[in-house]
Amino acid sequence: MQVKSTVNAAGRKVPLLINGEKVVPFRGVGKHKPTGRKYAPPIPSCTDYPPDGNKVLASLGEALRKCGLRDGMTISTHHHLRDGDLIANRVFEIAREMGVKDLVWFPSASFPCNEPLIKYLEDGTINRIEGSMNGPLGRFVSEGRMKGTAVLRSHGGRVQAIQDGEVKIDLAVLVAPSADSFGNARGTGGKSACGVIGYAKPDSMYATKVIIVTDNLVDIPCYPMEIEGNYVDYVVVVDKIGIPEKIVSGTTEITKSPDRLLIAELTASFLELSGILTDGVRIQAGAGGTSLAIGVFIHEILKNKGWRSAFGFGGSTKYMVRMLEEGQMGYILDAQAFDLDAVRSVEENPLHVPYPVFNAYNYHSKGNLTSMMDIMILGATEVDLNFNGNVVSHSDGYLLHGIGGWQNCLHARNVILPLPLFRDRIPVIVDSVTTLCGPGELIDVVITERGIAINPLRKDLIRRVKGSGLPLTTIGELKEEAENICGKPSKPEFEDRVVAAVKWVDGTVIDVVRQIKTKK
Amino acid sequence: MKNAFAGNTGPKVRSDCGVTLEIKHKGGITIDLKSKVGTLYGESISALCREVLAHFMIRDAELLVEDSGALPFVIMARLEAAIKKLTDSDREYLPVMLKTNIYSTEADRTRFSRLYLPGNNPALMINAGLHSADGIILDLEDSVAPEKKDEARLLVRNALRQIDFRGAERMVRINQGKTGLEDLKVLIPNNVNLVLIPKCDTAEQVQELDSEINKIRTERKLKNRTFLMPVVESAYGVENAFSIAGASENVVAMAIGLEDFTADLGVQRTLEGSESFYARTRIVNAAKAARIQPIDSVFSDVADIEGLTHNVARSKALGFEGMGCIHPRQIRVINKGFAPSAEETEKALKIVLAWEDAKNRGLGVVALGTKMIDAPVVARAMKTINLAVKLGMIPADRKKE
Repeated sequence: MQVKSTVNAAGRKVPLLINGEKVVPFRGVGKHKPTGRKYAPPIPSCTDYPPDGNKVLASLGEALRKCGLRDGMTISTHHHLRDGDLIANRVFEIAREMGVKDLVWFPSASFPCNEPLIKYLEDGTINRIEGSMNGPLGRFVSEGRMKGTAVLRSHGGRVQAIQDGEVKIDLAVLVAPSADSFGNARGTGGKSACGVIGYAKPDSMYATKVIIVTDNLVDIPCYPMEIEGNYVDYVVVVDKIGIPEKIVSGTTEITKSPDRLLIAELTASFLELSGILTDGVRIQAGAGGTSLAIGVFIHEILKNKGWRSAFGFGGSTKYMVRMLEEGQMGYILDAQAFDLDAVRSVEENPLHVPYPVFNAYNYHSKGNLTSMMDIMILGATEVDLNFNGNVVSHSDGYLLHGIGGWQNCLHARNVILPLPLFRDRIPVIVDSVTTLCGPGELIDVVITERGIAINPLRKDLIRRVKGSGLPLTTIGELKEEAENICGKPSKPEFEDRVVAAVKWVDGTVIDVVRQIKTKK
Repeated sequence: MKNAFAGNTGPKVRSDCGVTLEIKHKGGITIDLKSKVGTLYGESISALCREVLAHFMIRDAELLVEDSGALPFVIMARLEAAIKKLTDSDREYLPVMLKTNIYSTEADRTRFSRLYLPGNNPALMINAGLHSADGIILDLEDSVAPEKKDEARLLVRNALRQIDFRGAERMVRINQGKTGLEDLKVLIPNNVNLVLIPKCDTAEQVQELDSEINKIRTERKLKNRTFLMPVVESAYGVENAFSIAGASENVVAMAIGLEDFTADLGVQRTLEGSESFYARTRIVNAAKAARIQPIDSVFSDVADIEGLTHNVARSKALGFEGMGCIHPRQIRVINKGFAPSAEETEKALKIVLAWEDAKNRGLGVVALGTKMIDAPVVARAMKTINLAVKLGMIPADRKKE
């Protein structure tokens, strides 16, 4: 079947229909403004719910049946239990037993633990995944083996899609480390504590049916609740929702690689010498080893200067918690807790606050947190000569990562990408990104172990670090250096078939991923 | 038909490859490539392998390449090593010598930090030049297993041609005995600035290697000098320290290796180091007497930065002018520790100024605060100032202010 396609504002060829639905091609940053009203789920009535508030059912199967699970439904889950989640796979196992077909799985992210779902994709229980794809799932999709077309969205893009009615969730199955019989739920307490469950909130509000699954039923009220019981249909209590040691890393650690430490150090120096790092600065960095090292260096600088960051936005780690506890950070606003120290801190410290993704990342809202951040430290698999970034695929064309909050975070005031110039012979700076996830106009600085390239659009930054002694270079020189060392890489070959669409934060299609041409 | 393997494979191996070669009598070349970067570099890897095989006039062979992202110079070295296990070819397949890699160094340049890199591990070499060590040592001795000596030598040779160490002094630590002579033959033509002589016991040892190097330099018409740094690692060597230090005008520094030295003494090496105090001071004294740099042993606990800092301070106080590094994170601590501190420089400047001022006014006795200044104090202060100028810590004309 030939699907009509067009070239979008980023110069990428994209189809006009995906999974049979019309889509809007990317029009440029801030150019697409939808009209109309937000989507809303059906109106419920208290008559249909027990007056004593007890919504507990005996099993997940019963809950799924009572919710009317049937062919073609969209089922959502959240990823706060990360690689330790035991429930998402179970939902599709039950669906398979019930003989249900063509489901759409709409997770806020997937993990290696979700690999068993491949068999349900193969037997037709699941039609497609709309969400991040990691490892084996990404490989499965890239090889064209999934029936439907994957749709990749950022964390904020997912909220936007739910709110705008692009994705209508029939059934949200939301695991909760603590919940009461009415369905109030939170991410702390119990044996499967993950800190926060903020990514589940939009699902609870917009899904037609909502099931809370917990292994820690507490008395009403489960306080402070991140998910409110008035949105919840059923509560299921099971032995175990997750494997604790896989939910949070016991501890996150800064990188030990001397090269990555060098990149981290350069990044901290850049932030200091450019004047971006100031008293009251707002910081967001990830939980990768290099980002953590940057956080530690930033902490040192703040301490030495007697400065304080007004707030940091999580994913939180022990390093961020240390800044909060030692007084170099005013608040941690948090979307997910990555290690045990972070989980403890959310529980104990009133300045460590679970922060709703609506307020943080949603682009179709009255402003959001990302554009207020001063320092945004992000990664990428590739950056090209126009500073365009890729986070979902590798240079060999395989889909291997989710977007996470990456696209949303590009709206920060200073977007810094500390990256190795090459990874095991694979250059990170390329002529043109394999998959476009973020337009170069939003990426300000690329920092490698062999030099710092500032986006020419940021004349102010270029001026501020001139003569600073930092190893300044251009993105073109970095690319050349990488190719001098590694050799010029060949490009992967693709079939015409689109296996995944990458949405921009406003719901438009910024690029697609095509099926890998496998060598015979 | 026997086959040969060279290189490294396994789940933890990065930036390296393993090649298994079987030379045949017919059937042409077949290459089985298993590469992590096959999509991007598969064709160029196969083409490179064919070129190397053709260079050694091998027309029929089966080649298995298990690649974990090895750079071309690594693949070349691995394949050449496998070929040389099966043939007695004395040809070489040389990657291009980068223009940036041809430079000479000065006999009296600073040698605070020198980073040891295991000679058969390419992953650690590629970015080694980024960490600002004064010297980079490609080590063929203790860090390379006996059965890997031949392939490591070729890898080191290619690294010397292809990796930009960004102005660091290009050093190699060769093996002892015959293997060491083979090391020199292959490596010296590739712009080696300095050769470390391990387990050096006598001046004759130094002179033998020095004349070997000179022979190679004459044969190959090499212009740049190759300096020598004997490493004294035994009680006997310590007793011969002064003659070793003066064995050749190419000896610019002398180091002590404490692991082997304490083993030779039959004592434990301690953090505080009283068991090697005599040896270290003997080395310092011998080196200073011969007007070369005394260099201290490596500090082996990579994680203990505080311990290293103390160790550097003690080492500097004894008179050492540098130390080996086994991890890049040690470099900065060592460079900073051996450089004059801001306070030291400031004090030295004050002393020299007071001295000159007194001289101009015709005063015989000079005092700074309550302390007498005499000629040796001034001489020491001048050394500190000259070092600070050399390191760019103060401008050359600072003392005129």
